[in-house]
Amino acid sequence: MSMEKVKFGRSKVFFDPFNRRPGPIKKNMHYCPGCGHGILHKLIAEAIEHYGIQQDVAFIAPVGCAVFAYYYFNTGAISVPHGRAPAVGTGVGRANPEKFVISYQGDGDLAAIGFNEFIQAANRGEKMTIFFVNNTNYGMTGGQMAPTTLPGQKTTTTPFGRNPLTEGYPINVSSLINTLTSPVYIERVALTSTARIAAAKKAVYKGIENLRDRKGFSFIEVLAPCPINLRMTTEQLNDFIENKMTEFFPIGCVRDRSAETAVGELPPATIHEPAEVMAKLFPLRQEGGVADDFRNDSEIFNRELRIRMSGFGGQGILSLGHNFANMARLRNFNVSWMPSYGPEQRGGAASCAVILSRGVISNPMVDNNCDLLIALTQMALDKFGHQLSDNGILIYDRSAMSKPEVKGNQKVFGLDALAIANSVGNPKCANSVILGALAVILKKYAPLTEGDAADYDKVYREALTESFGSKPKVLEQNFAAFEAGKAAMAAEL
Amino acid sequence: MKYNKRLLLKGNEAAVYGALIAGCDCYFGYPITPASEVAQTAAQLFPQLNRTFLQAESEIGAINMVIGGAAAGKRVMTGSSGLGISLKQEGMSYLAAYEMPALIIDVTRGGPGLGNIGPEQADYFQLVKGGGHGSYHCLVFTPNSAQEMCDMSIKAFELAEKYRMPAYVMADGVIGQMMESVLLPEPKEFDYDPEWKMGRYVNGEAQVITSIYMEYNDLEALNNRLQAKYREIEKNEQSYEEYMADDAEVLIVAYGICSRIARGVVDTMRADGVKVGLVRPKMVYPFPVDPLKKHVENGTVKAVMSLEMSAGQMIEDVRLAVECKVPVYLQNRMGGNIPSGAEVVEGVRTILKEIAK
Ligand SMILES: Cc1ncc(C[n+]2csc(CCOP(=O)(O)OP(=O)(O)O)c2C)c(N)n1
Ligand code: SF4
Repeated sequence: MSMEKVKFGRSKVFFDPFNRRPGPIKKNMHYCPGCGHGILHKLIAEAIEHYGIQQDVAFIAPVGCAVFAYYYFNTGAISVPHGRAPAVGTGVGRANPEKFVISYQGDGDLAAIGFNEFIQAANRGEKMTIFFVNNTNYGMTGGQMAPTTLPGQKTTTTPFGRNPLTEGYPINVSSLINTLTSPVYIERVALTSTARIAAAKKAVYKGIENLRDRKGFSFIEVLAPCPINLRMTTEQLNDFIENKMTEFFPIGCVRDRSAETAVGELPPATIHEPAEVMAKLFPLRQEGGVADDFRNDSEIFNRELRIRMSGFGGQGILSLGHNFANMARLRNFNVSWMPSYGPEQRGGAASCAVILSRGVISNPMVDNNCDLLIALTQMALDKFGHQLSDNGILIYDRSAMSKPEVKGNQKVFGLDALAIANSVGNPKCANSVILGALAVILKKYAPLTEGDAADYDKVYREALTESFGSKPKVLEQNFAAFEAGKAAMAAEL
Repeated sequence: MKYNKRLLLKGNEAAVYGALIAGCDCYFGYPITPASEVAQTAAQLFPQLNRTFLQAESEIGAINMVIGGAAAGKRVMTGSSGLGISLKQEGMSYLAAYEMPALIIDVTRGGPGLGNIGPEQADYFQLVKGGGHGSYHCLVFTPNSAQEMCDMSIKAFELAEKYRMPAYVMADGVIGQMMESVLLPEPKEFDYDPEWKMGRYVNGEAQVITSIYMEYNDLEALNNRLQAKYREIEKNEQSYEEYMADDAEVLIVAYGICSRIARGVVDTMRADGVKVGLVRPKMVYPFPVDPLKKHVENGTVKAVMSLEMSAGQMIEDVRLAVECKVPVYLQNRMGGNIPSGAEVVEGVRTILKEIAK
């Protein structure tokens, strides 16, 4: 084969000798004589050396004959699951953008099992260079059909020749990714003659230069000989590649935007300094907030309080629960908020359970012994009414139902929550109306101490400010709704 | 302190806060209910710390990105649910073989097949018993609150790095979806520069990360080393909580949401004078063999109930732990149903009748 005339000095990027290779042979690579992998390895090693990036190369070795590439390259390396090299390379490059990621893959690895990982990395324009060895078969496993196998070509799994009607046509990977916007450089080369190898060398150098300059995604497809599995002499192989393969895989540059693509910059450093992390993750304490050991002193808070809020989707039931849970949280209660889940949500019903406690909250599901039930629809009342304890409080929406019957010591309060919310100009404030009414009810019937009753108003404002601090208009409407709810319930009692 | 450290968070959100506080640099994931808030919270928060959030093309892509991030020497995580975890198993096997740490959040849902988005705990086998090919284990944390979603994500990184292996935080859909007050711990000084990092040069030779060992003896040696590590973990890292277990005649074993229900049941039944107690695994690999063995050997326990939202997966480990010295009963719901307290009370009463015979 003419390539044997091309002389290489041994690149310093290679180990010398190849001590990682098991067995007695440490001078030569494990590839078959005349195999394309060896030549390509040498071109890549030279280019890495030329551009001075050896220390930071992350070489992703595939599953295939090149699985042992790390026997030879003295660079950071990882041998990865079959086909997943571009995903692993993505992980390396995103986690440590200083790395220069090289993915080296065969046609089974890249164009069959790993096609999705490959094309998605190409589409994202990952900063990596992929060397794609197209030898029309699965070398490592003994010459089975690859996506690149030519029509009629015999392999160990197409013993009668690849039939395009049942096995499809060869996939032209370079053309396929030329439909994507992100790739910077796509070129197909061959290793069949000195001139071809010289052109291949130029392409490899460009791929590595782009890598050094962090320009983006470069892809070099190499038409490579696999003399063992194709059972051909050097001359036959050269003929096969030049005359048969090129019919489906024409040699040459498919795209080159290297020159017009700017040199890439490293992203800003990750933030790990504890004070800075806290400033980003932890919300600022609201004015009026209490110390970590603050405790509301009303008797009722000495036991677990179990609340169910239910109605129709869009009535703000979930935010009502959420706001109430936030109020409890801001006063150092343990609190759980459990939205209705799965089939319960069908038919537009919305419901949530809130539990607050000074101790451990065991079962966060409220399915009995409910202390407070807020029901905005008849359906909600029908479904959850029986869960209310004999001493429980029920708040219902008067516009939706007539006054429900009670049992035991239950107390019932009707409210026109939606109408009141509309009167302050925002139907979404119904939950503030309810929270206002609840202030009056709890003060009288929980009962709350004077201090806790005043604190209820304070903590309501804190919770709302935390959520809507950046929307003063929404805040004001809610505060007005809260006061209106209080006034309406005070008038009732 | 000018910050409020107590937040109201879904379990799914709390896990991401925990991971960030632990110094996690990258999140790679593919959306799935009921784990979506894990990815969404990560998408919101990671970039604020100049850290990486990337939506992968699939769970296969995601776990391989996790492999890449871990190989680059960073703390990395992903999150998913049942079917997505099934797809990750190839990568999990590789992580175990590479001996690299990573955090995987599994917010479990109903199966098999597409199942539904309701809560089940039927990922137990695939997480605890290996899941992929080869003889390996992963650490499996089982939080039962949003607070523990946060705390255990931090602890998971700690143990994963100590033992150089991947760690799951396995939460059922309820624990992931429910909001609770969470007291965030403060982040610590960050120094993380793991020895296995790809591209570290030792005596002029670049380190390599691989899982292929052509020599049979070399691969056997790796396996022996892994197994020795697992035995050490089984001895040292069992993690559990006991509740009124000391004099219990019926011991409930339950994790996740089931353990919260069980605790309520213990309170209810103890009020009626029934001697029932709870052992709650906080990790299911390693499984808390010691407390179960201890209570059975003490002679007080007459029967054990394995309370699960699966068809009887954990019960195998419970039986192994009690060495079949007392009967072990399965109490379970499936398909997204959550056992009610009343059901479990009934179950305990049935067991009491059985053993009285
Ligand atoms: C998941 C999985 N399936 C199958 C294999 C078996 N396998 C190993 S190499 C290979 C094909 C490699 O062919 P190619 O990518 O063309 O590389 P070459 O060996 O020709 O360089 C296959 C199918 C594997 N290692 N992993
Ligand atoms: S089987 Fe083919 S691709 Fe593999 S080393 Fe031999 S010649 Fe090269």
